[in-house]
Amino acid sequence: MHTSFYLTLLSSSFSTTVTSSSAPQESMENPLPTSRAEAFPAGLRVLIVDDDPTWLKILEKMLKKCSYEVTTCSLATEALDMLRGKRDRFDIVISDVNMPDMDGFKLLEQVGLEMDLPVIMMSIDGETSRVMKGVQHGACDYLLKPVRMKELRNIWQHVYRKRMHELKDIETHNIHEDTNILRNGSEDPDDRQYVAGTEMSSVRKRKDLESKEFVDHEFNDPSTVKKARVVWSVDLHQKFVNAVNQIGFDKVGPKKILDLMNVPGLTRENVASHLQKYRLYLIRLQRQNEGRACSGNLSSDFMNGENRGNNGFNSSTNIQSESELTTYTSTTENFQTQGIVPSVHISEPKKIEPVQIIGSKKVPSNDVLCASKINNAPHLSVLLSFNDKMTDIKACEPATPKHKPLLSGTPMMQFMQYPKQESCNILSEYSCLTYVDQNLDPSFHQYSSTLPAFISATCTSEKDVKDLFEMKPVLTDYRNGHFTAIPVQVKRGAVNAQDIGAGCKVAGSPSIQDCYLNDKYSQGYFPLTYEFSLNGETEADSLPEDVHLCSLQKIGSIENLGFSSAEIYQYGDSTPTTDVESNWYDSSELNGEYSYDPVEYPLIDEYLFA
Amino acid sequence: MEYSSLHRQLATMKKSFFDQGFLDEQFFQIEELQDDVSPNFVEEVVTLFFKDSLRLMGNIDHALEKFPQDFDRLDSLIHQLKGSASSIGAAKMKNECTVFRDFCDKENQEGCIRSFQKVKKEHACLRQKLENYFQLLRQVGPVAKATRSGN
Repeated sequence: MHTSFYLTLLSSSFSTTVTSSSAPQESMENPLPTSRAEAFPAGLRVLIVDDDPTWLKILEKMLKKCSYEVTTCSLATEALDMLRGKRDRFDIVISDVNMPDMDGFKLLEQVGLEMDLPVIMMSIDGETSRVMKGVQHGACDYLLKPVRMKELRNIWQHVYRKRMHELKDIETHNIHEDTNILRNGSEDPDDRQYVAGTEMSSVRKRKDLESKEFVDHEFNDPSTVKKARVVWSVDLHQKFVNAVNQIGFDKVGPKKILDLMNVPGLTRENVASHLQKYRLYLIRLQRQNEGRACSGNLSSDFMNGENRGNNGFNSSTNIQSESELTTYTSTTENFQTQGIVPSVHISEPKKIEPVQIIGSKKVPSNDVLCASKINNAPHLSVLLSFNDKMTDIKACEPATPKHKPLLSGTPMMQFMQYPKQESCNILSEYSCLTYVDQNLDPSFHQYSSTLPAFISATCTSEKDVKDLFEMKPVLTDYRNGHFTAIPVQVKRGAVNAQDIGAGCKVAGSPSIQDCYLNDKYSQGYFPLTYEFSLNGETEADSLPEDVHLCSLQKIGSIENLGFSSAEIYQYGDSTPTTDVESNWYDSSELNGEYSYDPVEYPLIDEYLFA
Repeated sequence: MEYSSLHRQLATMKKSFFDQGFLDEQFFQIEELQDDVSPNFVEEVVTLFFKDSLRLMGNIDHALEKFPQDFDRLDSLIHQLKGSASSIGAAKMKNECTVFRDFCDKENQEGCIRSFQKVKKEHACLRQKLENYFQLLRQVGPVAKATRSGN
């Protein structure tokens, strides 16, 4: 029976001893699955985080009256420690938005990503924008204070719903898996052979692993089917991409990828969901590329109203679009197999200007894509990742501090760290991208010779964006296809440009993915996560006017980006767009020096996780 | 059930709190939470509130003095205080917090100072009333439970 199946599943998580106190529960205690499952939703393990002691007391009492197990916490950092310390200790988290030590939204993101627990936000502030922000950050509900007990009574539904979805995923994937096995469903003969050879064993292995990982800390309940979270680390993602490339994007399928990746413990559904996100990301990129002919249009692309004449691209870049680029069709459905972002080749480093962030320019992210063989056409926007802390910002001293390059035809530059490669075109592109303002300090030109391998931009919400631009390119050893570091954090969040007046959505994964090699182009490209379209739609025509500043706010639904650990993952606070803009305008640092090596760069594009 | 005059007094007092807008629905909620496990829940919560709100108000005083133009900070502090006031249903105080917040938005320093005085006043007033209330409640003893709403 369906219900009992679910109850069994739920029971696995509720199998800790039910006590009436709010003391932390040992997850390794003798399970009492039956009683707890039967009691569900009673015994739901709730963690409340609120800095207001009065509310904490009230909520605790309310939850206890609902027969939930309550743990209280008045600091967000403490809550995270608790959550991290013992996984599966809680079923759901309720947190206030305004915490002294950490932004509630950030906590929300972290919890969602690391622990994949449902999180409910609370606040006395019920403004639509706030609520929306909560939803964007992944809150499964948003309660307004004063909270009533009846609202708390129903929070179990979020836990239940999540479990159901997980189950469904697993079931679906298992079914597909079985089907594939039966049909030996590989079209590629080589693949088929490979698959046939490894199929059974890998499938078996996966299944074993699945059940094993589900059991995890849990009790010895084999029917425990809790989904184990996969963290998509840089390395893992790179393997993924390699596998995708190897298979051929149009022939790719989760099973094939999984087999190629050969990562123990990775399940087919992990790959499937990752693939889906990857596809969406590419679609988004493609959309942004629409209408962007790389050649010659860059100038118009990057101009803003203010600076028509200054489009550096005109002078400095002959962007030639690779034929591959043109494969990006206009429909999202069709995104080509070139889904792999072609790398940008810059044959010669021309006037490489430092990357600039344009204040209100919509930066066509697809520029990067277009860049596959773009000659010094850095129309890529570098992904800016903003973080609470300004970490990983390599400083590039701005050449002209007071410049207002942002407004001058500089495409928005988003910085991503990307590995240096033999041909680091991207950076040169970027550099070109940024700023070709004639008025710019000629010192910019000095940068033509060295392309930074990485431009990492991490912006904090608190600090000025201008800090961002004290970035020095970071060279990483990309040759091996590994990055040493990918400290770029992407701000998540989508800001509707129309709403904020200047926003590129920066859809980003909290971490910048690894740069991966594109077989076709022998380039790696670094996925940037950003989205420059308004609501996902690029209006190429309006570009010149509507370049929007990429909002550094967190974008939309980046859930489960699964990037590896907190080091990579950083969630920047959202900076109000206007702030960002102004900061960016001021951040002549953008004009800063980026020394670019005239090597081919992997195309950096955002890896967008839907 | 026979209500002594004390009971009636209590009931009247409480009613007046609501009628005059000092307290709102949230106070009822708290009362409903009181049970055998926590027989003094309401008083505990109220005491906790007044103690913590003193701290918050001190922060605001400090901010008004040291950073009178830092409206973001003031906004954040009053937001906390408002949230706190909402926990026990301190309606008038909460409203004054909103007024303060508006002044913050408009960056009206003078307005902030004035409205904060009102916040403090409401705080003190409510505190007094509730102290009287609990004092009376203690006199009435456990039987007083019957006078609570929603039981």
